[in-house]
Amino acid sequence: MSVLLIAEHNNKELKPFTLNAITAASQIDQELHILVIGYNADNAAKAASSVPLVKKVIHIDNSIYENYLAENFTPAIIKHAENYSHIICSANTFGKNLMPRIAALMDCSQISDIIKVVSPDTFLRPIYAGNAFATVKSNDKKKCVTIRPTSFDAAPSDGGTAEIIKGDGADEFTLTKFVKKEEIKSDRPELGTARIVISGGRGMQSGDNFKLITAIADKLNAAIGASRAAVDAGYITNDHQVGQTGKVVVPDLYIAVGISGAIQHLAGMKESKVIVAINKDGEAPIFSVADYGLEADLFEALPQFLEELNKLNTIQK
Amino acid sequence: MKILVAVKRVIDYNVQIRVKEDGSGVVTDNVKMSTNPPDDNAVEEAVKIKEAGKATEVVAITVGEEKAQETVRKALAVGADRGIHVKAEGILEPLAVSKILQKVVEKEKPDLVFMGKQAIDDDCNQTGQMLAALLNWPQATFASKIDVKDKSLEVTREVDEGLETISVNVPAIITCDLRLNEPRYASLPNIMKAKKKPLEQLSATDLGIDTKPRIEQIKVEEPPKRKAGIKVGSVSELVQKLKNEAKVI
Repeated sequence: MSVLLIAEHNNKELKPFTLNAITAASQIDQELHILVIGYNADNAAKAASSVPLVKKVIHIDNSIYENYLAENFTPAIIKHAENYSHIICSANTFGKNLMPRIAALMDCSQISDIIKVVSPDTFLRPIYAGNAFATVKSNDKKKCVTIRPTSFDAAPSDGGTAEIIKGDGADEFTLTKFVKKEEIKSDRPELGTARIVISGGRGMQSGDNFKLITAIADKLNAAIGASRAAVDAGYITNDHQVGQTGKVVVPDLYIAVGISGAIQHLAGMKESKVIVAINKDGEAPIFSVADYGLEADLFEALPQFLEELNKLNTIQK
Repeated sequence: MKILVAVKRVIDYNVQIRVKEDGSGVVTDNVKMSTNPPDDNAVEEAVKIKEAGKATEVVAITVGEEKAQETVRKALAVGADRGIHVKAEGILEPLAVSKILQKVVEKEKPDLVFMGKQAIDDDCNQTGQMLAALLNWPQATFASKIDVKDKSLEVTREVDEGLETISVNVPAIITCDLRLNEPRYASLPNIMKAKKKPLEQLSATDLGIDTKPRIEQIKVEEPPKRKAGIKVGSVSELVQKLKNEAKVI
């Protein structure tokens, strides 16, 4: 048995969730190889080889892999998949887009978004927006599995010296073309890995009012999240959405402001260690998952919250 | 252009899910069912493209038990021209559904296949990508904007980092995000008219597809419950609790 993990990277470094997927993959089998497909991606391959849990890096480099397209990656992965019992990647938009394309061609019934490795063929995964947990066993010869990154710790990234070998790619898929990516750059911690997340919902009433949230996020070095309602209303961009169809976050502290707490939103945050809800509707379902609930008008509470935080001089970074 | 739209019948998104005591699944008896929400967006987009004169026919398809037909009828009531119901019983995995859709695509020869990006019951997010793989077609997943060109589509995709735009030649598979559009409601006259639209019945067996699950569902259980929290009376009390009790700031 051995595991092939598909790295997510930007040709220079590994994306953080690759390290979480490595932890999960190593729980399936210790013989863990990682496939780095990219263009001028030597540094990403080196970063993969220095992860102590990784036994071997296969690096495929070609200009057709400069931008990630599942149509191009899939045949290259299939070429290298033969000797592996498991193909693994993160269940973020990268892996969700890619893995089913691989699985179908290997005639494998994929297991998506696992939160626990029970044994090499049995996994725990949430269904119905996390309102039920299913224990499932794959009877396929080769298993294609995606990992919910926030359910596994990031693997240590330094000190390993895995061998890097060059691998062959496949022919270019010419019917799909990358056009552009509008990446929202921010100095804040990434939503998926931040220690503190503060999110706003429909109760924020406008995009401009999110500055109340921004000020607190600056103070706490927090990432900014949002409910789908806030994104749909155009208050904030889609990369901030937390929930069943957005991102899943598990911070130490999650502060939900003006969010009623639809089950679809709870699916993305209810595993957070400490949850705070600020909402003027005392009956809002968000209070049912909150450790600390404050029934208040957010436009009064948020400035006070900032003021109180400013009085503390011990805020952890 | 001809568009095939796949829809799935799921437990309504507003229903509080209950897990069966014997651990065999979730309670579906006497539970409100409806079309998987992003599948409604897929139907809406296909109908809009037809209304804009860029498509000639919209065909709605579902795979599942007898009652799954309701979702096709709903699609017909908002503008799809005809329907297909592929009968199949029991748990249907995305791999089996994509194989069924592949057979229908080979017969119907659509230029585009639309469906929701994810079903809100099994949360798999696989069927569209699998169908694209089996057909060796382009895939534009998580679409929040679609621009129909002559022989291609420019699709804006919602990805973790923000937005990505790709161009796909037709034929192609598009999986739709909830932000793609605002699905319309069916009017009563259109619901009545939809009953007269053709709905073809097929079965997975006729198409030669074995739908027996490959994945064994060992048990389904309730997630661990959070212990009840408290209400605080003021912002300063909240900050003190976070600092001294929870120790997270």
